[in-house]
Amino acid sequence: MELILQQMPTVLKALNVGFLQTLKLFFVTGLGAFPLGLVIAFGSMSRFKPLSALTRCVVWVVRGTPLMIQLLIIYYFPGMVLKNNIWGSGEAGRFLASSIAFIFNYACYFSEIYRGGIQSIPRGQQEAGLVLGMTRGQIFFRVTLLQVIKRIVPPMSNEIITLVKDTALARIIALQEIIWAGQSFLKGSHGIAGAIWPLFFTAVYYLAFTGVVTLALGRVEKRLDYFR
Amino acid sequence: MAVLDVKDIRKSFGQTEILKGISFSLEKGQVVSIIGSSGSGKTTLLRCLNFLETPDGGSIAVNGQTLFDAAAPAAQREADIRRKRLHFGLVFQSFNLFPQYTALENVTLAGRLLAKEEPDYKDRKKDIFARIDGEARQLLAQMGLSDRMDNYPHQLSGGQQQRVAIARALALRPDILCFDEPTSALDPELTQEVLRVIRQLADRQTTMVIVTHEMAFARDVSTQVIFMDDGVVVESGSPEQVIGAPTQERTRRFLDSYNQA
Repeated sequence: MELILQQMPTVLKALNVGFLQTLKLFFVTGLGAFPLGLVIAFGSMSRFKPLSALTRCVVWVVRGTPLMIQLLIIYYFPGMVLKNNIWGSGEAGRFLASSIAFIFNYACYFSEIYRGGIQSIPRGQQEAGLVLGMTRGQIFFRVTLLQVIKRIVPPMSNEIITLVKDTALARIIALQEIIWAGQSFLKGSHGIAGAIWPLFFTAVYYLAFTGVVTLALGRVEKRLDYFR
Repeated sequence: MAVLDVKDIRKSFGQTEILKGISFSLEKGQVVSIIGSSGSGKTTLLRCLNFLETPDGGSIAVNGQTLFDAAAPAAQREADIRRKRLHFGLVFQSFNLFPQYTALENVTLAGRLLAKEEPDYKDRKKDIFARIDGEARQLLAQMGLSDRMDNYPHQLSGGQQQRVAIARALALRPDILCFDEPTSALDPELTQEVLRVIRQLADRQTTMVIVTHEMAFARDVSTQVIFMDDGVVVESGSPEQVIGAPTQERTRRFLDSYNQA
C-alpha cells in the first residue's frame, strides 16, 4: 500500500497522458460517426435498389466482424500485404488508422439506429408537411429530425457508452491510450516495473468518464421531454 | 366558372383499380360531401387532389387552370407540385400536428417557410412574421382556442388538436379545403365541437370537400353530396336528393346500414 502511494504520482501522470489519447479517439469517432451514420442510413433506405443492397451488405460485414479484426486489417493490410505502409510507424499513423476503423464501425451501428428512428415516425408527419407546401428538406430538418433524435437518444446512449470502453481495443495496434499506458508499468516504465495495479486502476477512469457521459445524455433526454 | 373541376380521375394500386373515373365540379363557396363505405376510394380521391398520389388518368383544374392532366404528362417537377398543392388544404383523420411545436407554431410554421421565397424576405422579415403571427392568432381564436395557443399537441384533446389542424390548413388560404374523415378519431362530444367549426366555415363561404361518415352533418352542411362505391360515383346531387330520396339501389342500401346502426 505504501508502495502504491509512492508510485501514484508517476503512474497518474502517465495514465493521464494515455487517457487524453482515449478521449481524443472517443471524440473523433463521435464527430465522424454521427454524420457518416446518417449518410449510411439514407443509403440503406434508398429507393435505388443496388445502393440500398450494397449499403446493407457493408453494414452486415462491419457489424458481423469484430472491431479488433477491423483495426488489425486497416492498420496492417497496407504495409504487410500491399507493401505500402501508408500509416508510417509513429503514433500519429496509429491514431489515424484507429480513427478510421472506429468511425466506420460505429457509423454502421449508428446508421441502423437512425434508420429505425426515421422509420418509426408516422408517415402522416411527412404528408402533413407536404400538403403545407414544405420541401422535403424542410420536412426533414423542421419536422422529422427532432422527433427522430428524441426517439434515438436511449439506444444511442447505449452505443456511446460502449464506445467509451471500446476505445481500449486500439491497444491491439499499440495506440498509446490508457490501457497501453497502464500496461507499460508491467514491463517497466518511468522507473517502475512489475506493477499490475496501474492497469487495474485504468477502470476508474472509464467508470468516471461513463458517469459523466451518462449524466450528459440524461440531460439531453430531459431537454426533449417537453413534447411527445 | 367552377373553382374545382375534376374529370375522369383514375388510380390503380398494382392490379387493383381504386378510382374508376371520378368527375365532379365545385363552385366557389360550395361544400361537397363525399360519402360511401370504407374502401370505396374516397380517401384516395382526396389524396389525388392534394398530390399525395398521382392519378393514372384524368385531369384536375382549379379556377380554370389545369393543375394536372394525365394526358399531358409534362415532367412534374417537385417544386411545381409543391406550388400546386397550395391550392388545396388537407385536414387528416389523425390530425398529424407536429408534436414539437405549440399550437401557434403549428399554424405559423409553413407560412414562415414559404415567406423565405418572397423576394424582399430579408428586409421585411419582421413585418412578414408579425403578419403571419397575427393571422394565426386570429384563426386559432376563430377555432375557439385563444387560451390554447401555447400548448403542445399532447396537452390538447383530440377535438382541440383537430381544430388546430384546421387552422393550420386555413393559414395558407387554400382555394379548396379538404377534410378526410375529420371526426372519425373522435368521440361523439368532440365530434360535435369539430363539426361546429366546419359548419362555421361553411357559413363563411369556405369552399370545401368533406369525406365523412356523419350523415346528418353532410345533409345539413353540404350544397352537394356524392355517394361513391367501388371507385365510381354512384349518385350525386343535392343532399335532400342523395340522402333524403336516393334513386340508386346501392345508395339506399348504404344509407339503410347507417339507419340501423
